[in-house]
Amino acid sequence: MKKKYNLIAGGILTGFMLFLVILGCFWTPYDPEQMDAGAKLAGVSLRHLCGGDQFGRDVFSRILVGSRTTLLVACLTVAIGATGGLVLGAFTGYFGGWIDELLMRINDVLFAFPSILLALVVISLLGGGKYQVVLALGIAFIPSFARIVRGEFIRCRSYDYVQSARLMHAGSLRIMFVHILPNIYPVLLSSIMIGFNNAVLAEAGMSFLGIGVQPPDSSLGRMLSEAQAYIFSAPAYALFPGVAIILLVLGFSLLADGLKR
Amino acid sequence: MKMIGKKLVSMIITLLVISFLVFLAFAVIPGDPALHKLGTEATPEKLQVLREQMGLNKSLLIRYFNFLAGAIKGDFGTSYSYNMPVRSMIGEKLPVTLTLSVMSLIIMVAVSVLLGIYTSRHQGNWVDRFIYIVNQVIMSIPPFFGGILLTLLFGFLLHWFTPGGYVSYKISVPRFLGYLIFPSIAVALPKTAMAVKLLRSSLMEEMKKDYVRTAYSRGNRTKGVYYHHVLKNALIPVITFWGMAFTDMMVGSIIVEQVFGIPGLGRILLSSISNRDYPVVVAVILYLTLFIVVTNFIVDVIYRIVDPRISGQ
Repeated sequence: MKKKYNLIAGGILTGFMLFLVILGCFWTPYDPEQMDAGAKLAGVSLRHLCGGDQFGRDVFSRILVGSRTTLLVACLTVAIGATGGLVLGAFTGYFGGWIDELLMRINDVLFAFPSILLALVVISLLGGGKYQVVLALGIAFIPSFARIVRGEFIRCRSYDYVQSARLMHAGSLRIMFVHILPNIYPVLLSSIMIGFNNAVLAEAGMSFLGIGVQPPDSSLGRMLSEAQAYIFSAPAYALFPGVAIILLVLGFSLLADGLKR
Repeated sequence: MKMIGKKLVSMIITLLVISFLVFLAFAVIPGDPALHKLGTEATPEKLQVLREQMGLNKSLLIRYFNFLAGAIKGDFGTSYSYNMPVRSMIGEKLPVTLTLSVMSLIIMVAVSVLLGIYTSRHQGNWVDRFIYIVNQVIMSIPPFFGGILLTLLFGFLLHWFTPGGYVSYKISVPRFLGYLIFPSIAVALPKTAMAVKLLRSSLMEEMKKDYVRTAYSRGNRTKGVYYHHVLKNALIPVITFWGMAFTDMMVGSIIVEQVFGIPGLGRILLSSISNRDYPVVVAVILYLTLFIVVTNFIVDVIYRIVDPRISGQ
């Protein structure tokens, strides 16, 4: 029963956040860049649902746009990490041999290394920005995906259906991606969902530190780092972007929990 | 013992590989450190002399070995932007970040053991359900936002501490530790929530095993079985998690330092990243790696003490 509640609550939260993001693509109550001296650090009101920031920009409008950036970065990051990890894990897991040995040793080393730290190295080489963050985090996420996929491929390659496909002269690529891949979807899906959450948190953390998404792009983490200077005069400005991050992550983790058997 | 030796070797190999990768990454990027150092005063002759001095003319491998020989002695060269040894820049900040991470670790271990045992022994009652829901929410709070919330609640509304009132450990150790309490809670919160959840399910899984039933049927008391047998076995996966969480908390500390205005490794890392002060970046990252690798090693050793079966494999 608990699982079902998780699924429902997660679905509602994720749906709500997705609705806000899609809404932000077409309509925002104010221009997110428009500065209004009257709304400088304004509190919560009907005119400004989440108050105003230090330039008098509408925080709600900026959350709508900022969540989009955050979501975009997270999706692209997971796409790079999962694709890279899938290819690497599939080949090493299926074929084994010395390449597998070598890659997995390197993978073990990288796995012990926190992904944000790895991303920091990449960022300090490439500089900050939306796509640099995607690249940095994407690369940093490959080892953990590769490890999971490899484990699954090793488990699956000795199964009967793989043997019989091999007897029917199916090529290795076909066996790997047509026969084995669909069998590891559940594992892949749950690690993608966990990866998505990690990506949201990592992006927020990096943008909060000022080395992630750069202006003019706004992201939830950036808003928080700007709001931090005004937490005593305008608490709402810091609270709402933070709550948006929590809702995004909470919704997804509940959904992932509920989908698990 | 043999296992520990083997782990020690693999720990050193890990350190070598990471140090080489980091060194390589910063060595191949475009930009000449010698030119950077001279700035506008650069003339071809001066450049040549300085490059010779800094050993930039040698091959990459030799430069790596020179770098490594320095790094082992704690010498990471000179900062580009401050023109002072990297060692003296980092030396004072290191204990701050380390103290913060260790305090977070202590909070996580203490709270997760207490709550994990409580919730698994009283599963289904309202406290357990309440903790379950709170846990789910806390898991989603990024440490830096947790820090902002704590600052608002305990610093601004309740006045339990002064935000920004950091005291160096050189001035007063108790006040230094006192200021770090809230930051370490912020770092520990999400990981603690995960650890409670993990320990609870691990304990419940363990209670279903045959040996527990046997122990009961032989007339053992509930508490005896629980604390002597079940807890020890249930802790095994949790210890692995604690080890992984500690490395994450080290990175989390760097971020949370910015919220509470603590001058630790975080501030130095950030300013050196934006100034492209690569020797400092390399040094900070390698120090963090060293702690992470050593932690993993300690976790492995503890693991074998708790579960002697593992060393037999």
